Amino acid sequence: MAAFGSFALLIALALAAYNLLAGTVALRLIATGQPAAIAPERLADTARRAGIAGFYAVTAAAFALVVSVFSNDFSIAYILEHSNRALPAPYKFAAMWSGQEGSLLLWAWLLGTYGFVLRLRHKTDVKLYAYAGTILAGIQVFFLLILNFAAPPFALLRGAIPADGNGLNPLLQYPEMVIHPPMLYLGYVGFSVPFAFALGALMMRYQGEKWIHITRTWTMVTWLFLTCGIFLGMHWAYAVLGWGGYWGWDPVENASFMPWLTGTAFLHSVMMQERKGMMKSWNVWLIFSTFLLTMLGTLLTRAGLVSSVHAFAQSSIGTWFVVFMGITLAVCIFTYVHQRGHLQTEHHLESLVSRESSFLFNNLVLLAACFVILWGTLFPILSEYVEGTKVTVGAPWYNQVAVPVGLFLLFLTGVGPLLPWRATSFRSIRRNFILPVIALWTTVIVLLAVGVRPWENGAYSSGHFYALVGFSVSAAVLTAILSEFWRGAAVIRRQTGRSLPSATWVLTRRNTRRYGGYMVHIGVVVVMIGLCGSAFNRNTESELGLHGKMSIGPYTLECTGFTQDSNDNYNSEYAVLNVWEQGRLQFQMTPERRVYLVSGQPQTMVAIHSVPAWDLYVVYEGTNPSTGQPIIKAFLNPLVGWIWAGLVVMVLGTFIALAPSLSPATAVVRVPAPRAAAPEPVLKGGD
Amino acid sequence: MARSRAFTFWTRAVGGLLRAPSIPRSLWNGRERANLVFCIKTAQALLLAVAICFSVGASDQSARMDYLSHHLMCQCGCAQLLGECDHVGCPDRDTELAELSAAVAAGKSDEQILDGFVSKYGAVVRAAPTTHGFDLVAWIAPFAVFAAALLGTILLVRRWSGISGMQASAAPPESNDPADCERRERIRRETSVGTGAEGGF
Repeated sequence: MAAFGSFALLIALALAAYNLLAGTVALRLIATGQPAAIAPERLADTARRAGIAGFYAVTAAAFALVVSVFSNDFSIAYILEHSNRALPAPYKFAAMWSGQEGSLLLWAWLLGTYGFVLRLRHKTDVKLYAYAGTILAGIQVFFLLILNFAAPPFALLRGAIPADGNGLNPLLQYPEMVIHPPMLYLGYVGFSVPFAFALGALMMRYQGEKWIHITRTWTMVTWLFLTCGIFLGMHWAYAVLGWGGYWGWDPVENASFMPWLTGTAFLHSVMMQERKGMMKSWNVWLIFSTFLLTMLGTLLTRAGLVSSVHAFAQSSIGTWFVVFMGITLAVCIFTYVHQRGHLQTEHHLESLVSRESSFLFNNLVLLAACFVILWGTLFPILSEYVEGTKVTVGAPWYNQVAVPVGLFLLFLTGVGPLLPWRATSFRSIRRNFILPVIALWTTVIVLLAVGVRPWENGAYSSGHFYALVGFSVSAAVLTAILSEFWRGAAVIRRQTGRSLPSATWVLTRRNTRRYGGYMVHIGVVVVMIGLCGSAFNRNTESELGLHGKMSIGPYTLECTGFTQDSNDNYNSEYAVLNVWEQGRLQFQMTPERRVYLVSGQPQTMVAIHSVPAWDLYVVYEGTNPSTGQPIIKAFLNPLVGWIWAGLVVMVLGTFIALAPSLSPATAVVRVPAPRAAAPEPVLKGGD
Repeated sequence: MARSRAFTFWTRAVGGLLRAPSIPRSLWNGRERANLVFCIKTAQALLLAVAICFSVGASDQSARMDYLSHHLMCQCGCAQLLGECDHVGCPDRDTELAELSAAVAAGKSDEQILDGFVSKYGAVVRAAPTTHGFDLVAWIAPFAVFAAALLGTILLVRRWSGISGMQASAAPPESNDPADCERRERIRRETSVGTGAEGGF
C-alpha cells in the first residue's frame, strides 16, 4: 500500500503540474489570440481533464493511507506514530488527520474534491472556470510537492517493525475529533475556490458581476463549514480539555478565527458590489486576504512559530508555506496593479447613516477584530525579535482588547439591517430604532435589578460589565431583527389571511438571502448571549470520599462510589456522583479519568449535564497522592448551551440564504384574482 | 481624572465628526437636527459613564488571588492560565499558587507580586504584556489602527457623500423620503403577487 500511495501522489503531482502549465498556456493563447498548433480551447480542456484525473489520483492516495491504518501497516512511519491495533475504528479515520503528513494529504484531497466539483460545473462559464481551475491547480501543485518531497505520508520505517503502534494522542480520541478537523479543513480549503475565482476574474478582466454571484455562493458554503468547524473545536475543547471553558485564545484557535472574520466581512461587502457596483477592489482584497490567512494559520500551526496547547502536528515545513505565501502575495499584487482599472467603483455613498455605511463600518470592525487577533498572535514573535525576550499574550489581553470590538460588532449586527440603502431621515431612524432602544434599556434595568452589576462589593468587574452590555445589546439586536420579520409577515398576513408563522415562512421564502441572513444574525446573538454567560462561571474543588458531598449553585453532589474499568485501549477509573437539587435526587454523573495503555498518558473525560440555564460540568481530577482521596472539580457554567443552539440557528439561516427565493408569482397565496393592470417590471437585486 | 478627560476628548472628537453628516438638508429640519445632537450628547454621556466604570479598580483583598492567578501563566507548559490550569498531576500549579498566596498574604502590591514572578520565571509568566516599554505597543497598536481606520472610513464616507450630494443637487429634488420609498419598494416586492424579485439584504 505504501508504494501504491506514493505512486498515486506522484501521478497526482504530474497531473496537477500539467493542469497548471497547459491551463496557463491555453489561457495565455486565448488572451493574446496567438496562433498555435493545438486549439487553445482544446488545450484548456485537456488541462481540465487532468485536474479531474488528479482528483482520482489523490483519492487513491488517501484511500491507501486509510487502508494502511485499518490494516495496521506499521512499516509506514506515519501509521506507527498515530495508530495502534486497539484503536477503535472511528479513531482510525481520525488518525488520518492527527499528524502532519496525514492532515496535508487530507488538505490535498479536499482541494482535489473542490476542484473536481468546480471542473464538472465548467459549463456555467467555461472561461472563468478554466482560470479558476488553473489557479486551483497551482495551489494543488504546492501541496503535492510537500506531500511528495517534504512530508511524505507513506515514508517507510527504517529498522525492525514494531508489533504495535504508538497510538493516537488521547486528546484526539473523542467523537468530535472525527468530524471537527475535516469540517475545519473544508472551510480552510474551501476558501481556495473563491480565491481562484476572484484572481481569475481579475486576470481576465471579467465583464459583469456573474463571477461575484458564483464566488459568493462558494464563500457561503465554505464559511458554513468553517463556522461548524470552529464551533465543533470549541465543543471539543470544552468537553475534553477539562478546564471548564471553550475558547482560550490559543494561536491555533486564532488561526481558524481570522479567515472566518475576513470571510464574514466579504459576505457583507459583496452585497455592496452586487447592488451598487461599489467596493470592488476591497472585495477582491478581502478574498485574497482570507486565502492568505488560511495559509498563515496553517503556517502558525505547522511551523511551531508560536506555542499552542493543541498544535498536534509541528514540523519544519514552515519555509515551504512562507515561500508559497510570498509567491501568492506577489501574484495577487502584480495582477491587481495591472488590472485595477477594471475595478473602478460605479457609485459612491450618499450618506453616513445608511445601509452602505453600515456595511463599511461592519467591514471595518470585522477587520479590526482580525487585526487584533493577528497582532496578539504574532506579538510574542515580534517582542522576541525586538527585545530578545518572549512575552505571553493571553486571555487577559484579548478580553480587554477584543471583547469591546466584539460588542461593537454585535451592535452593528442590529443597526445595519435597520438602515435603508442610500440615505435615511431622523423620522425613519426613530421609527426603526424605538423598539430596540426600549428593549435595550429594559434589559439593562431588569439585569441591574436582578443583580447583574458591574460592581460587586465595591469592586469593578469587567466581566460583569461586558455581560451587562452584551445582554442588553443582544436584546436590542434581537428585537430589531424580529421586528423586521414581524413587519413583513404582518403585511402578508393582512393580505392573505395566513397565520403569523405561515406568513413569516412565506416572507422568508420570498427573499431567502435577506431573511436567511437575519436568521444567521439571530444565531450570532444567541451565541453572544451564551458567551456573556461565562462572566458568571463558578467552580469549586473538593476531595470527595465515599458519601462525601460538595455543593455548587443549586446542586449538591454526593459521591456514591468509585469504580474502575478497562479495555484494550485504556484503563479508566470514574466517580459515581448522585446530584441532588432541593433535597431531591435529580440525576447521576460519572466523570472519568483514563490512562491509555500504549502511550501511558492520562486523560480526563468530563461529565456534563446541560440545561438551558447552565451546564453542570464535573471533572474527576484523580486522587490526592498524600491522602488517597479522589479530587472532584465542579463548574457551573451559565448559558453554555446557548452557544451550541446559536450554531444550529446560524446553520439553518445559512441554508435558507443559500436556497433560491420563491418569487411571489409562484407562491401559493390565497388572494383574490388581480385586477387587470399594466404589468409590473421585474426587479433585479434585492431588498 | 486624566482618563475622564481623555474620554471627553474622544467623545467630543467623535461627536464633532458625527455632528454634521452630509445628509440633504431637506431630510433634516431644525428639530430633527436638535434631536440628533441630543442623541450624540446622550452617547457621550454613556461613553463617559463607561470611562468612569473603567477607572474604578479592584480593591477587594479576597478577589486579588483570583485576579492575579488569572494574570499569570502556569509554567508546566500547558499554556493555560494559572487560575485555570487543570493539568492532571501538574508539577508547577500548586507551587505557583502557594507562592502567590504567600505574596498576597505578605501584603505586596499586585505589581510587586507580578514582578516577583517575572524575576523568577521570566516575562512569559505574565499572561499579558506589561504597559511599559515595547510591551506598550501591544496595547496601543490595535486601538490606534482601529481609530485610524474609523477616522479614515468616516472621512471617506463624508467625501463620497459630498460627491453624491453635488450630483444629486444637479438633479430635480425627489418628492419623497428615499428611505420610505426604498422601504415601500422592498415590502411591495416581498408581499405582493406578480413580481419576480429576489435579492439580498
